[in-house]
Amino acid sequence: MRFIDDFRDPAAARALVGRILKDAGDAPMRLMEVCGTHTVAIGRAGIRNLLSGAVTLVSGPGCPVCVTPDGYIDAAIALGRMPGVRLASFGDMLRVPGRSSSLEKERGKGLDVRVVYSPMDAVAMAAAAPERETVFLGVGFETTAPAVAGAIRAASERGLENFSVLSSVRTIPGAMAVLAEDPDVRIEGFLCPAHVSTVIGTDAYLPLASTYRIPCVVAGFEPLDILLGISMLLRQKKEGAARVENEYSRGATPAGNRKAQALLREVFSPCDTGWRGIGVIPGSGLRIADRYAAFDAEKKHGVPVVFTAETKGCRCGDVLKGKIFPAECPLFGKACVPEEPVGPCMVSGEGTCAAYYKYGSGSR
Amino acid sequence: MCLAIPAKILSVDGDTAVIELGGMRREVSVILLDNVSVGDWVIVHAGFAIERLSEEDAEQTLALFREIMDTNAVH
Ligand code: SF4
Repeated sequence: MRFIDDFRDPAAARALVGRILKDAGDAPMRLMEVCGTHTVAIGRAGIRNLLSGAVTLVSGPGCPVCVTPDGYIDAAIALGRMPGVRLASFGDMLRVPGRSSSLEKERGKGLDVRVVYSPMDAVAMAAAAPERETVFLGVGFETTAPAVAGAIRAASERGLENFSVLSSVRTIPGAMAVLAEDPDVRIEGFLCPAHVSTVIGTDAYLPLASTYRIPCVVAGFEPLDILLGISMLLRQKKEGAARVENEYSRGATPAGNRKAQALLREVFSPCDTGWRGIGVIPGSGLRIADRYAAFDAEKKHGVPVVFTAETKGCRCGDVLKGKIFPAECPLFGKACVPEEPVGPCMVSGEGTCAAYYKYGSGSR
Repeated sequence: MCLAIPAKILSVDGDTAVIELGGMRREVSVILLDNVSVGDWVIVHAGFAIERLSEEDAEQTLALFREIMDTNAVH
């Protein structure tokens, strides 16, 4: 398939690696791949080792599962325990530890949690079982947000009174700004996520590039996309530039998907929200707008999500901010492994610790 | 969970379309796109087509790879 195979050609990859190594300066350029899908692709293709010396790739906070605070899991469990309530969730949320338990552990004890592929599946579940309340766990970034919004609007159009969403939808640029400002992180370039950018548009990074003078390149998720994206960042550094460039022009435009953006504005309102390990970031969340308040599980059932402090011993916060590599966490690969995760970074396949563990590099 | 993949539209019926995903057929919502037609390539995520893929732009990026290969070939 041309949209996939052509972007995996090993000969082109070798040429790109050659170009990157040729362009490298005296010290490696410190780049952050913001998105967990990039982290996994970089691990799988062994890109960190190929480019060592030219660039240092630090992983960012771009895995929605990992940044969901434990208070959210606690609220989901509390909702699931209410009589007549059934939960519907994306699969990778199930093992995320809350303060005292996870959805998976509770499911073992009888909690009704169904895994769905699409929020629309949860709407269909609600329509098929009018005697029960279906609560969808709406976790995600801008890529997922339109699907959550579309489900809420569909439920409203159908007049479903037994469907609601526990929303933990967040937006990426605000988190990038916090990291850009952090002197301990020292980012010299952002490799920006492909599909978040599909929705928000590549222009969304213009303020970051101009305010912090950090080059931004939106890149696709295939190995050649990532290598070309890194090469473009390196060339910007050589020039002393800080532009927004788009490697992923086949799937992301400067303005993004306006229909999706309009849907998000209709169904959600911006709010301050807490990110696990990072803290509260002003304006970085999307809460369900007042006109759709009937579908807001927090309001409907009086179960608020409380933002709480860290899990003991877990250094996910520092990992998510790119301050340390996973191996620098004392629990990595010992008390914390994918089968028995201590922190959320080890849970999701896109979590930084899980990706480093799987692809055998705990450091860089 | 953010995985979004290219898929080809097999048929369209109002707000939904049928795509092929990993050898399986699946219905997805196309409310986020205008005028989707059979044969279009789209990016699918969580049951929604979130954008149309541009063949022309893909071709331009591939041409750039070829150019880089010509100037940085490792033999
Ligand atoms: S290794 Fe485990 S405990 Fe340590 S930071 Fe990663 S997820 Fe948290």
